Amino acid sequence: MTKGQAMHDNPLRGSQPPLLHPDYRSTVLRAPMRPLIQLPASLSDVSQPVYGHLGVSAADADLTRHGPSGEPLGERIVVAGRVVDEDGRAVPGALVEVWQANAAGRYIHARDRHPAPLDPNFIGAGRCETDAEGRYRFTTIKPGAYPWRNHENAWRPAHIHFSIFGTNFLTRLVTQMYFPGDPLMAHDPILLGVPDERARRRLVSAFDFSLTTPEWALGYRFDIVVRGPGSTPFEGRT
Amino acid sequence: MSGDRSEDLVASPSQTVGPFFHFGLTTDATRGVMAMRGAPGEPVRLRVQVIDGAGEPVPDAMVELWQADARGQYGAAAQGSAGADRPFAGWGRLPTGGDGICEFTTIRPGVPATVDDAATAAHINVCLFMRGLLRHLFTRVYFAGDPALDADPVLALVPAERRETLVAQPAGDGVWMFVIHLQGDRETAFFDE
Ligand SMILES: [Fe+3]
Repeated sequence: MTKGQAMHDNPLRGSQPPLLHPDYRSTVLRAPMRPLIQLPASLSDVSQPVYGHLGVSAADADLTRHGPSGEPLGERIVVAGRVVDEDGRAVPGALVEVWQANAAGRYIHARDRHPAPLDPNFIGAGRCETDAEGRYRFTTIKPGAYPWRNHENAWRPAHIHFSIFGTNFLTRLVTQMYFPGDPLMAHDPILLGVPDERARRRLVSAFDFSLTTPEWALGYRFDIVVRGPGSTPFEGRT
Repeated sequence: MSGDRSEDLVASPSQTVGPFFHFGLTTDATRGVMAMRGAPGEPVRLRVQVIDGAGEPVPDAMVELWQADARGQYGAAAQGSAGADRPFAGWGRLPTGGDGICEFTTIRPGVPATVDDAATAAHINVCLFMRGLLRHLFTRVYFAGDPALDADPVLALVPAERRETLVAQPAGDGVWMFVIHLQGDRETAFFDE
C-alpha cells in the first residue's frame, strides 16, 4: 500500500504535522530527535480538569474596538465558528485566544522588523469563551501577508493565530486560520507541514454570507475540532 | 482509533505558535503565580529553562504548567489565576526570557492517598510551545530526592538513562531548576498522550 492510499483510508493519517519538518527551518534545532514516549490513557494526566477562565469580557472579542483613537484600517471581518470534539460534541466554556498582524502585515510585537506601517488603532489580540453550543465569534480586520526569513523571498499567507483551551489538556490546540483563495498557501512550509491535503483544507476558513453584517463586515467561518476522550495521541496522526 | 472516522471530526491540525505570540497570550504575568502566600502545600519556585539543539537558550518559548493541589486533586481549585479569594490555581503560563528561563510560583503537588495511586510520585505537567514546534510538547517535572520516584509508573516507561531528564533539582531557597533540552545527549523525555 502506498503512503497516499494509507492516508486516504484513515483520515487521522497526515492530519498533524511532524515535529521535524526541515522546510520550516526553525524545526531543525528545536524538534526532539528521539521518539515520544507513549503514555497509556490510564497513566496520562491530559484528561484532568483545568476549567474556568476568568476575566474574559465581551469587549475582548472585538479587535476593532481596542484602539485608543478610533478604528483600525483594513477590511472589517467577522470570524466565527464552533469548537467540537472528535465525537462531535460541543466544547462549551473553551477559552479561544487569537492574535494577528494588522492589515499591512505588521505585528505590534516588538520583535517584528517587517518595515510595514503599524496601525495605532490595532493591537491584534482578542479572546472569548465558547457558549453552550461551542460557538465563538470575533470581529477584527483581515490581516495582511508578511515576509519572513525562512528562505529566499518567503511570505506567510494571511492568517490568524488561534489558541484553544477547553476543560482539560486533551483539548489544547494552537493553530492558524487561513483565508480561502490565498495563493501564498501553496508556498508556505508551515501550512505544508501538515501532510494530508484534506487536513490542510480544514485550516482554511470559508467565506460565509450568513456571517456577514450588511454594509459593515464580511464573514468567515472557521470550525475547530479538538481531541476527545480516549482519542489517538498526536504521533499516531503524523 | 478507527479509520472510518469522518474527516470532519478529526482534530484540527496543529500549527506553530510562532515568534509573535506574546501580545496575544502572555500579557498577564500573574499567570506565573499559581499559589499565593499561604496556599496549602510546600512552596516551590519552579524555574524552567529551555535549551535548543545548539545548546542555546530559547528566548521565545511559552511554558504552561498544570498540576494537582496539595491534596493531589486536579481541577478543584483551578479557576483561572490564583488570587486573594483563591490561593491556588492548577494552571499557569509564562513566556521564557532572553536566558530561556521562566519561573513559576507554586506548591509541590500532593499525591492522592489511595491504593491505586500509592506508587505515583508528585509531578507537575508541562506543555511547551515555541516557534519551530509545529505541535506542542508534553513532559513532566518530578522532584529530586522523592523516594516515590523508583515506583512511579510513568517514569518506569522512560528508559532508565533518560529518567533524570524529568527530575528537577533543588537550587536553594525553595527554587527548583528544571532544564528542558530539546535535543542532544540530555534530550528531555517527551510524552505522546
Ligand atoms: Fe503569524
